[in-house]
Amino acid sequence: MLVWRLIPFLAAILVLAPVGVVVSSLLAPTSDIWQHLIATSLPLLLHNTFWLACGVIAGTAILGTSLAWITAIYDFPGRGFFSWALLLPMAMPAYVTAFVALGLFDFTGPIQTTLRNALDSDLSWFPEIRGRMGVIAVMSLAFYPYVYLLARNAFLTQGKRSLEVAQSLGLNRTQGFLRVALPMARPWIAGGLMLVLMETLADFGTVAVFNYNTFTTAIYKAWFNMFSLQAASQLASLLIIVVFIVIVIEQRLRLRMRYAETKVSGRAQRIQLTGWQNVLTIGFIACILILAFALPVAQLALWSIEAFSQDFDIARYLGFLSHSILLSGLAAVLTCSVVTLMIYSVRRHPDIATRNAVRIATIGYALPGTVLAIGVYVPLTWLDGQLSTGLEQWLQIEIGPIIQGTIVLMLIAYLIRFMAVSHYAIDSAMRRITTSIDEAAMSLGLSGWSIIGKVHIPILKSGLFTAMTLVFVDVMKEMPITLMTRPFGWDTLAVRIYQMTSEGQWEQAAIPALTLVLAGLIPIFLFMRQTE
Amino acid sequence: MFKLNMNRFILALVCFFTWSVQSTQAQEVVVYSARIEQLIKPMFDAFTKETGIKVKYTTDNEGALLAKLEAEGKNTPADMLVTSDAGNLWAAAQAELLKPIKSSVLAHNIPAHLRDPQHQWFGLSIRARTLVYNTKKVRPEELSSYESLADPKWKNRLCLRSSKKVYNQSLVAMMIAEHGEAKTEEIVKGWVANLATDPLSDDTKALEYVAAGKCDVTLVNTYYFGRLMKKDPNLPLAIFWPNQDKNGVHVNVSGAGITRYSRNEEAAIKLLEFLSSEKAQNLFADVNMEYPVNPAIDADPFVESWGEFKQNPMNLVKAGELQTTAVKLMDRVGYR
Repeated sequence: MLVWRLIPFLAAILVLAPVGVVVSSLLAPTSDIWQHLIATSLPLLLHNTFWLACGVIAGTAILGTSLAWITAIYDFPGRGFFSWALLLPMAMPAYVTAFVALGLFDFTGPIQTTLRNALDSDLSWFPEIRGRMGVIAVMSLAFYPYVYLLARNAFLTQGKRSLEVAQSLGLNRTQGFLRVALPMARPWIAGGLMLVLMETLADFGTVAVFNYNTFTTAIYKAWFNMFSLQAASQLASLLIIVVFIVIVIEQRLRLRMRYAETKVSGRAQRIQLTGWQNVLTIGFIACILILAFALPVAQLALWSIEAFSQDFDIARYLGFLSHSILLSGLAAVLTCSVVTLMIYSVRRHPDIATRNAVRIATIGYALPGTVLAIGVYVPLTWLDGQLSTGLEQWLQIEIGPIIQGTIVLMLIAYLIRFMAVSHYAIDSAMRRITTSIDEAAMSLGLSGWSIIGKVHIPILKSGLFTAMTLVFVDVMKEMPITLMTRPFGWDTLAVRIYQMTSEGQWEQAAIPALTLVLAGLIPIFLFMRQTE
Repeated sequence: MFKLNMNRFILALVCFFTWSVQSTQAQEVVVYSARIEQLIKPMFDAFTKETGIKVKYTTDNEGALLAKLEAEGKNTPADMLVTSDAGNLWAAAQAELLKPIKSSVLAHNIPAHLRDPQHQWFGLSIRARTLVYNTKKVRPEELSSYESLADPKWKNRLCLRSSKKVYNQSLVAMMIAEHGEAKTEEIVKGWVANLATDPLSDDTKALEYVAAGKCDVTLVNTYYFGRLMKKDPNLPLAIFWPNQDKNGVHVNVSGAGITRYSRNEEAAIKLLEFLSSEKAQNLFADVNMEYPVNPAIDADPFVESWGEFKQNPMNLVKAGELQTTAVKLMDRVGYR
């Protein structure tokens, strides 16, 4: 079964190939447009990307860690509800939060207009939402759950105990948090922050809505406004270098995280909050929840009703929806199949080379969609050209492109990006099938396929289902790959949102956006059910 | 060996089949349109009623349509490409996707500066990009030209749409054609210095900003002004026609061309001529409050009420030729 054995390596090559293609563009002769970009845009792009990354890291670190600490250590009314409700913003694609925030808080939005009329002032003190601080605020609200989730896990397993130890050594609660609990949780918090950083670097939709130029928007502009795929690749290669550094740090941290893990030996007693402490705590959490979830969803619902009551083209909407569902479904099946085969292969041959191949295959998530779009488009169109000229010479008839104009390109890019997402879910399900289970099955007379059918699949079922759901929802929310490589007529909900928001028509983007939010809630509910 | 031949035979059969299916569509015209359905369907219906020739169409944005034409090459089912600006028609001609058309009807109906000198594309409606000001804060005498908006007296009083929109790229390209790159760069730099707020996502937003008093003047296509005023006639907004004592208002067109590999060229030309004729011109412009290209036709009364203006006679081909130069220029002066 050589093919079986090779799957992890093929998957790793699939991830590395686009990186190679994009990076090799740096060796290409510099074009006129590239010169222009270096002279005018590059310093600004680096500056913008750097401050955005710093801002979002600071914002998510503060929000995520504080919320995690509060919900892990203290007890207050509604704690159970709030601990899971704080995950709800994960259902909001950041670009949706972004355009709702613009619609609400912009100069001509309802809030400023009402205030201006009520106070009869020009509201010069009102913070400008359409600037760097606006993007940072929106991304922090959208991405803090990554930090929250991991930090909370750390605090739950070790926080209270470390605090008790600290107090027994004469530190007060604040000192205990700062000097003991926080440093101990650092690997988890940093791990969450690395995820946030990856999302920030990969983000296209949010910065596009804010007209805040970063590498991803510059790549799109070079390709689609300046018609220079080469300049786009060269920009992408610079972004890859930044991402690569993040990946290395993240992998290091993950090792430390494993090292620092402690066993949960019964839940420690929570600290009961009283009176005004309750009010402050609940007020803080409610504020975050309202800003990050309740308010945007309410505004989307209002806009949706407005759009629906006007000339809403339902057939068109169903077209976008069916494209989204079809693409997400295909990508989910494809990705989970490849990943399952890969995991089986490692199970059979758990040598270092295979393990490393799997590791490489699952870093695709760190590659920004804009980079992947180019990294997949360039080699495949080249291949396509070779293929069709070959066929034409053989058949002596005109054929034209074969792969271009199909969804193959997008599916491959989705596969690369989302293998990691499904790997985690399927792998943890697979770990439950121990060798002793296999041996027991064999001793009962089962073999080969019937073990897989009668033993493995029932055990794997829920893990596979989770993995498929995660990939499905992620692909549905995915914007840059879909936007840049979709064949003619394959507009999805995310593409529609991009088109409408780039024209400032927030109301028209509301129904597709609300659909994505509803889809995004599914994995959160799955997650809740699993943890309970 | 037999199997190989069989494959070859099946492939040839499939190719023949798709070819024959496509060649049976003789009595209809297939249009790829970047103008949305509501803005083209009425004219196509009128055309079918008059000639019996059916019109099939797909709408998408310009980039997608150009990519599709390019990918389909000789096998494209499309006979006509409709866009909402001249720059993309120029790009289509540049990519050899369009075919030169000699037609005395088109030459007669459409002024020379609104069609391609190589006869590959033709403007069908005029979109004027003009100044709109807040009537409570600006007296029309204070305004004069696009160039004068660079004057420091407009500091913190100007709103502009993002430079990512092709309308602004075309405007700057036409200014480069007129003034040269260095002078245009000075002007656009002046605009950026006068901005009251970061560039906005769309023309409507820019108008709302002016109406709400964040800034005093902006640069928009007139039909956005028309749409907003229809919704709320009480807004303190008015149109100003700039550069009237100079070269005139910057105009762009929504237009069309016949595809290089059109199979129904004759019917497609008929449609194009029809669209430029008196019968269709009213409809074509009025559905979106634009101006007809055909000088014999008046615009919609509501549009006429904004006053007459002199338009810039420079050929729009420049908007295409200088688009990349314009994008780079705007990058250089930090116009986002």
